[in-house]
Amino acid sequence: MSHQEEKVKIISEEFVENEDEEAEKLKKMKVQKQRRKKQMQDSSPEEQLEGAANLGFQQEQQPDGSEPNLLNTTVRKGPRNLPPLPSTSRTGFAEFSMRERMREKLKAARSKAESALLQEIPSPKPRSFVSLKEEGTGFDEEPGKNVLKEPQEEDSQRSARVKFRDSGRKPKFKPQVPPGFPSAEEAYNFFTFNFDPEPEKDETKDKSGEESNQEVEEGEEEEEEEKPRQEEQGEEELTNEKEADAFLLDLDQTAPDFLAIRAAEYESIHAIQHKEKEILFRPSSVTVPIYKKIPENMQPRYLEDEGLYTGERPMVPRTNQNIMENRLLIQEQERKWFGDDGRILALPNPIKQFSTRPPIFSREEVIEAGLETLYKKALNYVPNKQYIVGSGDSLGQFQLDIDISGLIFTHHPCFSREHVLAVKLAQLYDQYLARRQRNQTKFLTDKLNALRNAVQTLPDSTKPPGSGHTTRESVNKYKFEIRQTRRLRDAEEEKDRTLLKTIIKVWKEMKSLRDFQKFTNTPVKLFLRKEEVDWKIDEKAFEAEIQTETNELFEEHEEEYEKKMEAYRAEYQDWKAWRKAQRIKKKKKKTTEEQDEVTEETEHGEEPVKPTPPVPIDRSTIEQQVRERALHNRRKPGEPILVPELSLAGNVTPTELCPRAEILRREDVRKRSIFLKVLFNNKEVSRTVSRQIGMDFRVHFGQIFNLQIHNWPESLILQVYETAGYGSTNLLAEVFLPIPETTVFTGKASIEEVEFSSNQHVALDHEGVGSGEPFSFEADGSNKMILMTSGRVSNSVAWAVGENGVPLIPPASQRSLGIRRKVDAIASIGASSLTDMKKLAKWAAESKLDPNDPNNASLMQLITVATSGDTYVPEFFRLEQLQQEFNFASDEELNRSKRFRLLYLRALEVPEFRNFKQVPIYDREIMEKVFQDYEKRIRDRGVIETKNHLDVHRARVAKYLQQVRESVINRFLIAKRHLLLSDLVVEEDVPNISILGASLFKLAEQKRPLKPRRKGRKKVPAQNLSDGDIKLLVNILRAYDIPVRKPSSSKLQQTSRSLRPFSETFVTSPSMQSPAHTVDTVLSQVLVRPFVEVSFQRTVCHTTTAEGPNPSWNEELELPFRAPNSDYSTASMQSVKDDIFINIFDEVLYDILEDDRERGSGIHTRIERHWLGSVRIPFSTLYFQGRIDGTFKIDIPPVLLGYSKEKNLISERDFDSVRSLSDGTYITLFMTIEPHLVPGESVREKMTDMLKKFDSQEDEKLLQATEKFQVECAQKFPKRQCLTTVTDLSGKTIFITRYLKPLNPPQELLDMHPNNPQATAELVARYVALIPFLPDSVSFTETCDLWSTSDQFLELLAGDEEEHAVLLCNYFLSLGKKAWLMMGTAIPEGPTAYVLTWERSQYLIWNPCSGRFYGQFDTFCPLKSVGCLISSDNIWFNIQQHDSPMRINFDVTKPKLWKSFFSRNLPYPGLSSVQPGELVYQCTDKAAASELQDRIEKILKEKIMEWRPRHITRWNRYCTSTLRHFLPLLEKNQGKDVEDDHRAELLRQLGDYRFSGFPIHMAFSEVKPLIEAVYSTGVHNIDISNVEFALAVYVHAYPKNVLSVWIYVASLVRNK
Amino acid sequence: EIRPNFPEFDDLYCKYCFVYGQDWAPTSGLEEGISQITSKSADVQHNLVWNFPIDITFKSTNPFGWPQIVISVYGPDVFGNDVVRGYGAVHVPFTPGRHKRTIPMFVPESTSKLQKLTSWFMGRRPEYTDPKLIAQGEGREVTRVRSQGFVTLLLNVVTKDMKKLGYDTSTLDMQTSSVIDMSEGILK
Repeated sequence: MSHQEEKVKIISEEFVENEDEEAEKLKKMKVQKQRRKKQMQDSSPEEQLEGAANLGFQQEQQPDGSEPNLLNTTVRKGPRNLPPLPSTSRTGFAEFSMRERMREKLKAARSKAESALLQEIPSPKPRSFVSLKEEGTGFDEEPGKNVLKEPQEEDSQRSARVKFRDSGRKPKFKPQVPPGFPSAEEAYNFFTFNFDPEPEKDETKDKSGEESNQEVEEGEEEEEEEKPRQEEQGEEELTNEKEADAFLLDLDQTAPDFLAIRAAEYESIHAIQHKEKEILFRPSSVTVPIYKKIPENMQPRYLEDEGLYTGERPMVPRTNQNIMENRLLIQEQERKWFGDDGRILALPNPIKQFSTRPPIFSREEVIEAGLETLYKKALNYVPNKQYIVGSGDSLGQFQLDIDISGLIFTHHPCFSREHVLAVKLAQLYDQYLARRQRNQTKFLTDKLNALRNAVQTLPDSTKPPGSGHTTRESVNKYKFEIRQTRRLRDAEEEKDRTLLKTIIKVWKEMKSLRDFQKFTNTPVKLFLRKEEVDWKIDEKAFEAEIQTETNELFEEHEEEYEKKMEAYRAEYQDWKAWRKAQRIKKKKKKTTEEQDEVTEETEHGEEPVKPTPPVPIDRSTIEQQVRERALHNRRKPGEPILVPELSLAGNVTPTELCPRAEILRREDVRKRSIFLKVLFNNKEVSRTVSRQIGMDFRVHFGQIFNLQIHNWPESLILQVYETAGYGSTNLLAEVFLPIPETTVFTGKASIEEVEFSSNQHVALDHEGVGSGEPFSFEADGSNKMILMTSGRVSNSVAWAVGENGVPLIPPASQRSLGIRRKVDAIASIGASSLTDMKKLAKWAAESKLDPNDPNNASLMQLITVATSGDTYVPEFFRLEQLQQEFNFASDEELNRSKRFRLLYLRALEVPEFRNFKQVPIYDREIMEKVFQDYEKRIRDRGVIETKNHLDVHRARVAKYLQQVRESVINRFLIAKRHLLLSDLVVEEDVPNISILGASLFKLAEQKRPLKPRRKGRKKVPAQNLSDGDIKLLVNILRAYDIPVRKPSSSKLQQTSRSLRPFSETFVTSPSMQSPAHTVDTVLSQVLVRPFVEVSFQRTVCHTTTAEGPNPSWNEELELPFRAPNSDYSTASMQSVKDDIFINIFDEVLYDILEDDRERGSGIHTRIERHWLGSVRIPFSTLYFQGRIDGTFKIDIPPVLLGYSKEKNLISERDFDSVRSLSDGTYITLFMTIEPHLVPGESVREKMTDMLKKFDSQEDEKLLQATEKFQVECAQKFPKRQCLTTVTDLSGKTIFITRYLKPLNPPQELLDMHPNNPQATAELVARYVALIPFLPDSVSFTETCDLWSTSDQFLELLAGDEEEHAVLLCNYFLSLGKKAWLMMGTAIPEGPTAYVLTWERSQYLIWNPCSGRFYGQFDTFCPLKSVGCLISSDNIWFNIQQHDSPMRINFDVTKPKLWKSFFSRNLPYPGLSSVQPGELVYQCTDKAAASELQDRIEKILKEKIMEWRPRHITRWNRYCTSTLRHFLPLLEKNQGKDVEDDHRAELLRQLGDYRFSGFPIHMAFSEVKPLIEAVYSTGVHNIDISNVEFALAVYVHAYPKNVLSVWIYVASLVRNK
Repeated sequence: EIRPNFPEFDDLYCKYCFVYGQDWAPTSGLEEGISQITSKSADVQHNLVWNFPIDITFKSTNPFGWPQIVISVYGPDVFGNDVVRGYGAVHVPFTPGRHKRTIPMFVPESTSKLQKLTSWFMGRRPEYTDPKLIAQGEGREVTRVRSQGFVTLLLNVVTKDMKKLGYDTSTLDMQTSSVIDMSEGILK
């Protein structure tokens, strides 16, 4: 026991003594202290709260808790002991450490509680506490662990307990066992606790159960007690760890003191509660009795019951009300919040029952009619502001003065009858005055007299006969004049007289009316002034006048009579003649039959009446007439002349004297007032004052309006409004005023009267006659008349004159207003668009346009030009009529500018300029040569170039293909524009079940699987690349069956060869001998040392050299790829035409050491490489496939001098199977592009989509069926090719079976092997293969398969697999074979077409492009999968599990294996073929072929010399001629089985040469591929000084210009 | 001063690139770049500010294909995946001087509701295959977009020798140096 321990012991003892006295005091202190400390410790509010809660609980629990247990008592005692600790200086240190320890504990406990409360991970504090401890005592670990693992309650309880127990149990520090704890259990607990906390938990539970039930019951209490205790104790700082341990021991011993803190806490909480009670208030929700709420001694009063309106109280829940009431009762004692009825005062519910906001309509609801919005079409705003043009200087300075002086009604509804008459009288009088002023009668009378005088003076001049004629004429003229004038005068006189009579009559009526109604309304008075005349003079004049008139009339009638007589005579003569004729006819008629009677009768009907002679006129009757007329019209002789005079001097009867009706009328009139509105261009600009209508129905305004105008005056309207009383105004009439002439100025203008009238119907109930209502003057109501309101406005309109005397008139005359816009149009548009030129000219002439007015200048000029007829008025409509105005340079000028031209061509995407960058700024910087290529191409478009083609036909075909290509490219470019969403936006697909499953599976997947799976490379879109980014990776794995060398100078061979007859060309003979021979070679020397060289875009890479005929290289070669023009766009990549050449060479080492003696010291060898064969793979295939992986047949020349195939070794065995296996040399390789490029697949799909839109002649049903079929197939096997419709050359969709039809092969081919169908078939296949191959993707830029028919194909002499296959299939069908077109994928072509035939119990697969055939089970068959089979009447889709030809059954009759297009549901409708009925072949011109042969040879020789710039190229003529002879033989045998004889032949002739060379066979299309092929063999690379070359070309012509080309290249070295 | 419009997003960064015609060539400066990540400011306005300077100089022989700046903004979504928050483009102003451009930003919409949901879940929202597409009109008719915030650019443009070539871009003669300098402040 350490001394520290002792100390603590002492302390505890000390405190036990004064325990009881100080307990109460200390408790209080502690509580206070604790609070203070807590604040200082800056604990979180939660903690504080918790602490407070704990305290509270303790207080509450205190009275309940009985303490029967030892532990409990100690717990209670503990706190009593502790508080005085700080005061004891003696034990300061130990106490200090103890406190620190306790503080840590407190923290742990606190965090524990926190964690439980907040569901959080314990804060790092307990951990730091754990870390503090050095020795793993288990005691320290405990709290942390428990915190983590136990629920809060048990946790704290036990941890506390266990802590004490453990500390007590420590063997080192604990000498005495605390009472009440069995030691065995302790031990057990100790171990279990230390090493396995979880069992411990159970154990403690059990134990506690064992110990006492009460303890468990009080667990909760305990736990709560403990926390505050710990809090309390952890108040002081601690420095040392050891001290902590020491303290623990003490703690154990003094546990009773330590734990006795509870009671104090309990009371303090009580105190708090008490305090809180002082401050806090919790209103109860119990209903407050009414008497509390109202003043005492008062009964509640309910206003509502008393009949007063109180309004509806807002809805508040009862409980809330109660709470509020309680609250108010506590707070306010005066009860002012409560009303008389004992309830809280409240305003009525402010919420309205209905919504005041207009409802928001949803679309479905019916909209109220009033709120419905109506759509009105937008109206074109016609600007009526024709601003005065050309008056910028004085804009708006124009003024129009409108003087409205007054208004007179000629009729008004309020007119009385008298008024009507008065107005009538006034009008008549006015008329009279006007007539008198003009005095027509007098004028005409004077004229008449003058004429008469003239006539009388004339008769003298009748004598001279010469002039007689003229005088008579003039007399006649005068007489005519006289008559006219007289008639006029008579009419005038009559009018005068009737007018006068009417005036008098009206006046009389008026007078009678006045008498009748006994009052006067109008001041009108008519006086008739009588002018007395001398009766005699008058009589005389009257008589004379009558006489002259009578004479004249008589003369007139005489003349007329004469005329009539003349006419009568003539007529009479006619009549007589007719009568005569009639008589003759009648005589004739007697002779003729009665048949004519009908006609006769008709003639009778037409019989002219016998003319009656005119009656001569009696003079007296005429005189009588004249007299009557004169009496009627004129003043009778002696009658006084009546002159009426109208005056307004009459008296109007005053109103009071009038009858009631009249008074009413007058009042009504007085009520009415009139005003005028002035409307300028339909806009009101001003209005007059409102004036009363006078009794005389005149309104005087006398107002002048000055209109400052900006616009052209178009209309000037006065609107007459009448206001009746205080009622509404109504528009009586509109008066249109003329716009004054420019010459009319203010001051000069005269007042004009403009009449107006209204069609309003007004009926009045007084004396007023109304308007539009019938009324009558008569008493009986007859003779009704209707008058409408009408009147006159007197006004004057004139242009104002400015201050300086300048008239304020717009510059142009208003009369040209209508045309003005046109004038403007002419000025702005120019002469290009005006079409109604003639109309304009006509108008200009009519309107007398002022030609000197500068404003009219343009118009005048135009008119003069137009009328002169020089200008060309276009008859057509021009769309962009203003274009010309905006052209700043002519088109020629633009074209001349090189820069613009360049820009233009680039915009057109002309291939040469498509990617032209940085067009120079100045013309001078553009080189002329930029355009050269382009211009050349354009120029050459029509010209067929023969330089590269050597053959006119092929040149033409090439041209045609070029054009097709261009058109397709154009189509493609359009299609490219048509972007899909997937092209623009990257979007994840909706995951379906399989993807989800896969991703779930991925989760379960091992991170590092034992057998990792290959992951797909990331695809890179091509456009982001640049030069050098793309590489071509070629992995050369191994090769099989490479030809092996033959000992070149084997005497045995040579002799045996030479002895053999040439004609014996059998395979067997050499093979008989070779075993021995090969054994030799195998033993003696290396068979072959091959290496592979890959060349692409003239970059060459090669592998290391391997040995043997079946070498394995397993090497990866890397070749850079360059796109044309550095354009890495998809389109450009797809059109890359380059091929990848894989050549196999044999490396031959020649020892050229001259001296054998030097052999020991030096090596001098020369390496030669001999070409053995090649594989050619187009880049496009690689690009589309992504990778090429497989075994390929190497093209080995039929004759390889110095080499032989090893096949001979084993050829004795099973012929059929081995033959196919060992027929060729094969190479296995893997090829890909790095990075993985995305081929433009989407474009292709889009194109097919587009192509679907092309028209088709197929039946709609059929097309639908094909679509369905394809969809079904794609669902099952998306990767298998299924083809139902294709596009022909004209772009139409055609059903595929229409392409298949038996077609005759050339007769020539059939004749060759008449008895050998197998040979014929092979020959036909060869023929088809000879037609040059033109890959789809290159010819038609990856867009679409255009299928040409076989005749088109033969005509074009170029096509891809499909065309070849179709032709071959058709040939086979015609040969009577069972043949199908087979769509599938092959290596290296990718998707392609093959031909399948059924031959004697086995299926053969034909490659139409190479002419080779394979058995179904051929391992090296390039066809790898079969999609569908097509015959001429059906399509079968492969629905077998496998698609490799080896593993499928080709029996199409089995519906489980092959899904057929036409079935029972859809029978074959019998589609006609698109192929021609028969193919016509013309024999090829042999001469042309030989000519071509010569040319090719010449070109190739030149090329070889070109490739050897540093060496002399010698040609061995002898050898050449030998080779030349040999080639036809090769052609004949199709390159088979001639090698040995040939070798022998050569050896015989060129015995002393080392010879290496081989024939190359190609289908002829162009020269370039030939050159490439020769170049790729590398024959020219030999640089031995004495090398000689031989080159022979043979062209064999097949029908239809199909040419087979053989080129034999060889190098010869003379043996030493 | 830049004000935000969208408080929804945080921790955004932007990628910029320039789209220009064939006759244009950058002579100095970076054509493409990525800004730093900006977080919302602590104040009430929650500004997002990059203050990311871009400096680029172009030369050209032809005004056709005047350069445009394409901004694409990215930021983490709820799950922490980086998703696109907006695309926007604007022409570099023609006239020299200081210009402020506020570009409305937009993002392509998913084609269907279901895809929207899944893309939200997977954190793979629809994006343009190439942000440069938005500077072009071709093919845009097939896309549907939703607008989402704004980005403000401050551009200081200096032109040189424009007038010499017949292009008068300013009333003032500011033909000094040939730098199109752009400093950029961005907000969402």
